[in-house]
Amino acid sequence: MTVEIRKTSFDAFDELRCYQQDTLKAAGKYGATSIFIGSMRDFNEGDNVQSMTLEYYPGMTEQYLEKISADAVKRWGLLDSLIIHRVGTVKPDDAIVLVAVWSAHRAAAFEASRHLMEELKSRAPFWKKETGSDGDRWIEKNSPG
Amino acid sequence: MSIEVKFFASLREHVGMAQCSLSSAEIKNVSDVWQAAVTDFVMPENTLVAINMEYVANTQPVEDGDEVAFFPPVTGG
Repeated sequence: MTVEIRKTSFDAFDELRCYQQDTLKAAGKYGATSIFIGSMRDFNEGDNVQSMTLEYYPGMTEQYLEKISADAVKRWGLLDSLIIHRVGTVKPDDAIVLVAVWSAHRAAAFEASRHLMEELKSRAPFWKKETGSDGDRWIEKNSPG
Repeated sequence: MSIEVKFFASLREHVGMAQCSLSSAEIKNVSDVWQAAVTDFVMPENTLVAINMEYVANTQPVEDGDEVAFFPPVTGG
């Protein structure tokens, strides 16, 4: 079970390949891997967005992500989980979040990855501020899943 | 009673500070912490509160040495 806050850009597919090769201790045990990658759009609410700055609460954010990961591992009997989340300034097409889970069967993988993303979006202390042609604005709430 | 107070994101900009320290025997709960730290704004209704990095209600009692954080609805992912 791994949680990381990243201050620089990352390639989600490279991260997955490296994690499976170097860290995941479940070769031959998992039959399902479910992944979610959230990345930055260049539009929001009808406006162009040039960049976005993500802020977090150091300490609480990691603690919250570790808690929901541990809960999901226990609830769905996952073999492992990985969450990487960007902070700082991101550009369109940059990865913002990667959630991956490994389980014996697909139902647990699908359900757990969806659950982790919804928990992260609704309660993990991150905040986004967009920069567009009209200046900066805080995003006030996440769209429903 | 000594309390460390933190503000994040739009709320930090709204109140004009990222953090402050309070020392007062009058402070009993989260609501008192806000009123002691932010004298010129009422706490917005959608404010989220954490004590020592755990979510709590804004009626939660505080204890000496607590870190109390106020922030707006979260928008990660």
